[in-house]
Amino acid sequence: MRFKYFWNGIILENPVLILMIGLCPTLATSISARDALGMGIAASFVLIFSNIFVSAIRKIVPDNIRIPVFIIIISTFVTIVDYILQAYEPNMYKVLGVFVPLIVVNCIILGRAEAFAYRYGIFDSFLDGLGKSVGFTLVIFIMGTIREILAQGTFFGMKVMPDAYINNSLLFMIFPPGGFLLIGILKAIVNKLFLNK
Amino acid sequence: MNISPAKVFFASFLVQNILLMRYIGLCPFFGVSTRISTSFGMGLAVIFVMLLATLITYPIYHFFLVPLNLEFLRTASFILVIASLVQFVEMFLKKSYRQLYNALGIYLPLITTNCAILGTTFLVIDYRFHLLNTIIFALGTGLGFMLVIILFAAIREKLDYAPISPSFKGYPIAFIAASLVSLAFLGFANLFGASL
Repeated sequence: MRFKYFWNGIILENPVLILMIGLCPTLATSISARDALGMGIAASFVLIFSNIFVSAIRKIVPDNIRIPVFIIIISTFVTIVDYILQAYEPNMYKVLGVFVPLIVVNCIILGRAEAFAYRYGIFDSFLDGLGKSVGFTLVIFIMGTIREILAQGTFFGMKVMPDAYINNSLLFMIFPPGGFLLIGILKAIVNKLFLNK
Repeated sequence: MNISPAKVFFASFLVQNILLMRYIGLCPFFGVSTRISTSFGMGLAVIFVMLLATLITYPIYHFFLVPLNLEFLRTASFILVIASLVQFVEMFLKKSYRQLYNALGIYLPLITTNCAILGTTFLVIDYRFHLLNTIIFALGTGLGFMLVIILFAAIREKLDYAPISPSFKGYPIAFIAASLVSLAFLGFANLFGASL
């Protein structure tokens, strides 16, 4: 029964396509499958661990200062991710740039700490964080894959489209207009399939 | 970095517009930009807080965190400074400048978690600007935010009356409209050679 907290995050309460939060990193870092996956994993790490920690200390944190406490916990994990990426994946860090430290103001993470982890037990909060992370990573990865294939004809750097396509590819998909267009279409598909509009 | 202030201004205002080209601050952008009047208020509040926030975080970073080798505290300290700054500005305006508070008040709490503010304070440090360029960059970014949010609100007011298929109503059509506006902004690329 408790696993519904996990499944909810993937489709019914998908943070990006249903709740419409965390848009900035989704659009900005989904320019290739690899970068999108990197951002998804970085944000997931922060979300899961901040959920666990917030849940663990929820009984000793006074109500009126809970938001600053959440922010300190979240920014600790963001700093860890920031420095790990800088050390081990310098090229990816250059692409993700300012969006790694900006995970700290990602509404998904603070929103889950406030709405879920502060009220429920550690295991439930872990499941909730995991579900939302998978939902977020899934959307950002799908967008990264589509944009990389359409703009560069590659997938994780491997050629998947014929040369004739690559020479005349939809290069604008890699630029901001392509990102807005793609998420608009994805949201319309989700509306049609899951919200019966 | 030694770049002329004019270049910095045009880069931050148009060429690398924070909303349409950098994708920072999108949540309030799509949330608030439904009416021109609210967009105007939000834009003013963002310009005001952005200038104050960069003016405060810049010395904190360069005269406090760097000499003490505490650069890793950048994320944590900036977000706390900005959150308390916004709270303080709100109390101060409420007490001393009632009229300004009535115009900006309701947007101020929203701004704390606006990644546009925090993003700008990080960017000026990543670009290694000196103080003048920092101020120009913050001003240009804030003006760019306001320009786009007002432009976009005007489009969305018209969209309300357009016959749109139900699955595209609301967010999807707003994204597609944003895509077209951002395509237009792509045309500013290389304007005055301004790119950072």
